[in-house]
Amino acid sequence: MNLLTLTIILPLLGVLGLVAVPKENTKAIKLLALASSVVTLISSLLMLTKYKFGVQGFQLVSSHSWFKVFNINYAVGIDGLALVLILLTTVLVPIVVVGGWNEAENGRWSVKTFYMLILILETFMVGVFAATDVFLFYVIFEAMLVPVYFLIGGYGRGERAAAALKFLLYSLFGGLLMLAAVIGLFVISIKQGHGTFDVTALSHLKISHNTQDWLFLGFFIAFAIKAPLFPFHTWLPGAAKSATPGTSILVLGVLDKVGTYGMIRFCIALFPEATKTFAPYIIVLSLISIIYGAFLAIGQKDLNSLIAFTSISHFGFIVLGIFAMTSQGLTGATLYMVNHGFSTAALFLVGGWMIERRKSTQVEDFGGLQRITPVMAWSFFIAGMSALALPGLSSFVSEFLVLVGTFTRYPLAAVIGTTGIVLAALYILLLVQRTLHGPLQAGNEDTPDLNWREKFALAPVIVALVLLGFYPKPAIHVINPATSQIMAAAQVTDPTPLAGK
Amino acid sequence: MLTTPSLDYNLLAPILIVLGGALLGVFVEGFVGRAYRARIQIIIALLTTATAFCWVISIHNLISQSAAVDSVSIDGGGLFMQGAILAMAFVALLFFTQNDHFAPQASALPGSQEEAAAVLAGVQMTEIYPLVLFAISGMLLFPVAHDLITLFVALEVLSIPLYIITGLARRRRLLSQEAALKYFLLGAYSSAFFLFGGALVYGFSGSLSLATIRTAAAAPGANHIFLLLGIVLMSVGLLFKVGAVPFHSWTPDVYQGAPTAVTGFMAACTKVAAFGAMFRIFIVAFAAVQNDWRPVFVAISIVTMAGGAIAAISQRDVKRTLAYSSITHAGFLLAGVIALSQAGLTAMMFYLVAYGFATIGAFGIVTLVRDSTGEVNDLNRWAGLAKKSPGVATAFALFLLSFGGIPLTSGFIAKFSIFTAAYATGNIAIVVVGVLSSAIALFFYLRVVLIMFFKEPTDDTVTVAVPSFLVTTGITICFIITLVLGVYPNLLFNLASTMTTLVP
Repeated sequence: MNLLTLTIILPLLGVLGLVAVPKENTKAIKLLALASSVVTLISSLLMLTKYKFGVQGFQLVSSHSWFKVFNINYAVGIDGLALVLILLTTVLVPIVVVGGWNEAENGRWSVKTFYMLILILETFMVGVFAATDVFLFYVIFEAMLVPVYFLIGGYGRGERAAAALKFLLYSLFGGLLMLAAVIGLFVISIKQGHGTFDVTALSHLKISHNTQDWLFLGFFIAFAIKAPLFPFHTWLPGAAKSATPGTSILVLGVLDKVGTYGMIRFCIALFPEATKTFAPYIIVLSLISIIYGAFLAIGQKDLNSLIAFTSISHFGFIVLGIFAMTSQGLTGATLYMVNHGFSTAALFLVGGWMIERRKSTQVEDFGGLQRITPVMAWSFFIAGMSALALPGLSSFVSEFLVLVGTFTRYPLAAVIGTTGIVLAALYILLLVQRTLHGPLQAGNEDTPDLNWREKFALAPVIVALVLLGFYPKPAIHVINPATSQIMAAAQVTDPTPLAGK
Repeated sequence: MLTTPSLDYNLLAPILIVLGGALLGVFVEGFVGRAYRARIQIIIALLTTATAFCWVISIHNLISQSAAVDSVSIDGGGLFMQGAILAMAFVALLFFTQNDHFAPQASALPGSQEEAAAVLAGVQMTEIYPLVLFAISGMLLFPVAHDLITLFVALEVLSIPLYIITGLARRRRLLSQEAALKYFLLGAYSSAFFLFGGALVYGFSGSLSLATIRTAAAAPGANHIFLLLGIVLMSVGLLFKVGAVPFHSWTPDVYQGAPTAVTGFMAACTKVAAFGAMFRIFIVAFAAVQNDWRPVFVAISIVTMAGGAIAAISQRDVKRTLAYSSITHAGFLLAGVIALSQAGLTAMMFYLVAYGFATIGAFGIVTLVRDSTGEVNDLNRWAGLAKKSPGVATAFALFLLSFGGIPLTSGFIAKFSIFTAAYATGNIAIVVVGVLSSAIALFFYLRVVLIMFFKEPTDDTVTVAVPSFLVTTGITICFIITLVLGVYPNLLFNLASTMTTLVP
């Protein structure tokens, strides 16, 4: 069997295994879930051995007819863009399982259901990046919302049911707009001779300017809700506030990347003309996201919503890099997706442990943790530094690439975006100061430091942050062929560098 | 010299078998003792529908225009509808077996002593089975009828038994009788409209046969005024049957008042019959003047989709919610009629089956959720249902997700294919309004899911009756079909796309 397909279905096999385990045996359930996510990780790493680096186009492709009348196929394949995001997914899921070892205990349903949902979600997450058939992509794009809905609503805290519903309704609304656009694309492909959903074939269609604009908007709004981009972001803070840390990591770290991934894979590649029309407006929206997300993050009192708003700011950077339409911008944005996945994972993991120990989500309840829990405090500090893109940590590389890429085409936007970095320093350093330093807050005296399980979960994330910070070349090497192919498909070239005057 | 009309019994057999079963049921009512009646009637009804279904399969690739002297046309499209009606009716009948749904004695005044006496005596209303079989026979005839008189007869044969069984709910008798009366009066008006429209079309073309009407309509230079008037009036009758806005006002009341098992049957099977007939009439007889009626239908489709979805938001009663949802679905199905293409017909067929089984299953589950006084339809009291009976709640959630068109359920494929057909024929407005109404509709489907799964059970939360073997089978069939058609639609879609022939 194709290695990619194997990676997609391995978590599902884990789900089947979980069905057989009795509900009460939570330890076996967790171990089995961990095992199947690790096996999936190994399988995805094996793909690296089959993958030809520096080559354009989809690899490890496989296609089977699924729904014949409409020429819909189960068609999967990966290029550099998909590969890095799949690896991000398969790395994060075991970390989520280990890091949130006990987070399913107080849920509405059993621990077993929790891990079944997580593994189903993993299959969908890998599948959505691997799909090269637009219909298959759409199906997974929508279907993956259902497990997340139950993960937030069933295992979260506070207003979890309302948050879950809001998340689902927002996403489904966007998805339905996209459905109309998908149908439109298909009908156009029929009229031009051969009805297909194959993304490569669709990119060769000749679509009139006006139609492109509408179809582009159908896709873009769906992705902007997912990403989330201002003004479609309002579902995110509620979801992040209510979800368990593990769910938040998967939602912000991976799920939301489907939005930005879709912008590159579908919006730009399929509708290059419309992209050029809308790019300036989208850049304005992304700048608003950067600044607005950062300001709201500064004002947050709840630790989880604070992290959520920093993500809105970071997604602003990613979208900025994408629609700057330069090769540095695109590569930077793709790398940013990976780095943001790791840095958010670190923040939510450590933040989640802090909340678990203090039984409070309010920033003001923490303070002076540096003295009593040095390891946890340092971990949180590093996670925070990566969020503010400190040089030496991975986010710096991607943020720098995005800003340089933007500057060559939209200098003013790059300048405004740079203020986002300053604001990032503000919200992170304020957070670090309030939680880790200062006098010890009452109630924190007996906080235990990280145990071996938590260190074990966090270590790979920190390693990734540092490694990709000092030596991002392999990742860029994987991403570059994909982005240059998309640039070529969209028929854009990098602007000539501005000569110093 | 009078020649006897020649009838092709092989092709008419499905209709005749069901009619025969119904008559047999009437005899059973008359001659069999009360103790055995219920059981025998169930067996007759199930056997009849199953036999007729098998017969439809055996003749599924035959085509004939003269099965009954030009007034019935047997073809792929018609046979598919017949098969769908029979399959759904079979499953719906499984839910009729819970005898405590029906009034013991329909003629007794609600709350009267006679009624109490009938309840005490354990009287069961077994006439319901022959009545349903009569309705089914009308439904089988409706989509294959090829002239105006046969259409009208089929319409009445399918409607009148439905009026009666609507009034037979055991509990909340007044509501049920009110529903029956409303349904009857409005139904009678709409039939009259249909008949009057037919008369005008006859006046225009000089013929009752759809084929001749087609030729007359296509003739150059004809004065179309009576034809168009006739189309308008006939459309009123048909749109009433499918519950399209603005002819929908009976739907919530009737769905709520009728015994729940009947509601499921009615919602699924009547729609198949009515849409089957509608498609045939419009593509065979009225296609030549489509530029005149199509814009009106586009408008009706749009207001039906949007109206049903918006009205459903504020509902608190699960049966009324499902009723408004069925109105929305009628709007989507109309998009298939408007497409007036093979793709549209295929999509509509698939949609009808997907929607029908999900509807029957959903209403089947409604029959199970009860308290001491009977079924509980108040949604707020469904809170926390998932905790008490996760299986039932999961099945209901799946049906709702299918109504909402979430991928990997049959409803998604149905919606996708019907929108594609509409888009391909240039009705982009329908697609846009369609996706927007889907989004609105999702709100109330998901609210029900939320109530079942995420609300804490309260003290007066309902219990789920232990379903009998037949009821469990029914729900399981609906569940599997909804899931399988969502994951592997080829099974039905390939069949549907080969059965789109409609004889002119």
